[in-house]
Amino acid sequence: MTIGTARYTPGGDEHIFVELSEEMSLEAFFKGMAITTALAQQQVPGVTEICPANASYQVRFDPDITHPDAMLAILKQVEAEVGDAGLELDTRIVEIPVLFDDPWTNETQLRFRERHQDPTSTDLQYAARVNGYASVADFVAAYSGSPWFVSMVGFVAGLPFMFQMVERARQIEVPKYLRPRTDTPKLTIGHGGCFNAIYSVRGAGGYQMFGITPAPIFDPAQGLPYLKDFMAFFRPGDIVKFESIDRAAYDAALERVAAGTFDLRIRPVKFSLKQFLADPAAYNRSLLEVLHGN
Amino acid sequence: MAIEVIKPGLATTVQDAGRVGYYNIGIPLSGALDQYSFRAANLLVGNDENAAVLECALLGPELRFLDDAIIAVAGSTMTPKLDSVTAATNEAIAVRAGTVVSFDFMRTGARAYVAVAGGIDVPMVLGSRSTYGLGAFGGFMGRKLAVGDVLQVGAAPAGARAGRRLPAALAMPLPKEVELRVMPGLYYHRITDASAARFFEDTWTVAPEADRIGYRYRNGRPLEFRPRQPPFGAGSDPSNIVDAGYPYGSIQVPGGVEPIILHRDAVSGGGYAMIGTVISADMDKIAQMQPNYKARFVKVDLEQALAARRDRKEQVAGMRAALR
Repeated sequence: MTIGTARYTPGGDEHIFVELSEEMSLEAFFKGMAITTALAQQQVPGVTEICPANASYQVRFDPDITHPDAMLAILKQVEAEVGDAGLELDTRIVEIPVLFDDPWTNETQLRFRERHQDPTSTDLQYAARVNGYASVADFVAAYSGSPWFVSMVGFVAGLPFMFQMVERARQIEVPKYLRPRTDTPKLTIGHGGCFNAIYSVRGAGGYQMFGITPAPIFDPAQGLPYLKDFMAFFRPGDIVKFESIDRAAYDAALERVAAGTFDLRIRPVKFSLKQFLADPAAYNRSLLEVLHGN
Repeated sequence: MAIEVIKPGLATTVQDAGRVGYYNIGIPLSGALDQYSFRAANLLVGNDENAAVLECALLGPELRFLDDAIIAVAGSTMTPKLDSVTAATNEAIAVRAGTVVSFDFMRTGARAYVAVAGGIDVPMVLGSRSTYGLGAFGGFMGRKLAVGDVLQVGAAPAGARAGRRLPAALAMPLPKEVELRVMPGLYYHRITDASAARFFEDTWTVAPEADRIGYRYRNGRPLEFRPRQPPFGAGSDPSNIVDAGYPYGSIQVPGGVEPIILHRDAVSGGGYAMIGTVISADMDKIAQMQPNYKARFVKVDLEQALAARRDRKEQVAGMRAALR
């Protein structure tokens, strides 16, 4: 699959926005990662923000230091140079424990049922049905069975958007709520369109709610070991494996969070897009071996 | 040197020039929405122009000064009162220890900047003292001020003196009808030509949902998006895109109904098509729009945007020179 030529467009006088593909794909995301990584290394004078997203990226810069025409030429040059070089990524794989079908997101669902496509089902029952799964248990098994790519971090501080690493025909897709909710519990596991998101803070949201993780992913106080380096955990390019846990394990994890001793299983990994595309199922198994090996 | 908050006002936050470099993980610029008035307030009291100040939206606070201070109020028209004696805006004024400083209703404009000689002393977080409310960090405990808060102030600079004044011609203009210059782009091609024309013809009114994250406008005619087969991952509404980064100043129109201009506490990305971006020279103007103020969007190209940017820089340089 090829993704064609990038579309360059101004975001006023201080931004250039680059759409790599109109539709979401791992190829588009990888191209964006490769370009933004190479661009960051160039240290172009005046550039203050380089933001990769799912299938696009944007750059913010001071046009008094680098003229927008010159900036545009640099970005096109980087795109040409990167070519297929960016098909490998040094990254990390992380296990995120999730209590699916939890009491807190279920309570929130009930408060906003009139904004949902199917007020008589839970979000999980609805998502299982529209994706052709016989039961919620089967759906949760599929959701937590294969890894996900963090393809964008943002909306609010530290919120990861994730893209499921399976063939497109198997990707889980769910519409967003008909109208956004005004409340979503912190650390909700959400899904809208083809994207998963973990709500890093409590607030408004339109994604379907499937569960909750005990693992804080954004904390300005940086209390936990994996947040010591920075207050937000996720980076674009991270690979995530969800682990379905029960209520007892969730409560035990919360106690460790409170004690400051909770940690995540994190392993470094090199990801090859070509090898993944050749046989996604086999490649995902090798990723999980990295995650669970020592 | 300290200040006690007797009444916090509607939304008073500590802000400075902003926090650069973390938008890629969803942490926005933050900082004073009207950077021009923020700088003027600091220079009036002899501060570095990037020192932290109080940004007061629509309704000002009531503050007890526990020590002698030099302060200045710039931006919207919000007259200070020292123990109920009226004082001047756009002028450095001396406040004696024990004085309660309150403010009249904001007459025009939406945000006043209260600078104190020495600057509001809160911890630097990721290179800035600005409050980022959604992330609950920066500023004073990551939130707007509340009753009983005690703010620390840095040591007053040697140049702090009462009486320094900003000439009226150099104060931020506060019109109730504003022209905002817009560079079309981003997903502009997704709306019909007729809609694009109407967007620039209509007069838009600031909605009550107008804050540091974004300004919502209404009363213009709805925009129509071109029909299309939704791209994979975009979502079914014609105004949806595959979630992408949002530039500061970008204009999104969820469902085609009400344009939203993102400002310095922007959500950093999402799935609504943006149809253009307000140019950098006009972002301060948005900060001074109250609900029900009116805006017209004026289409400009890059050359015009850069010319406006140069003009803006000259205005700032002129203001600096006048306050030296």
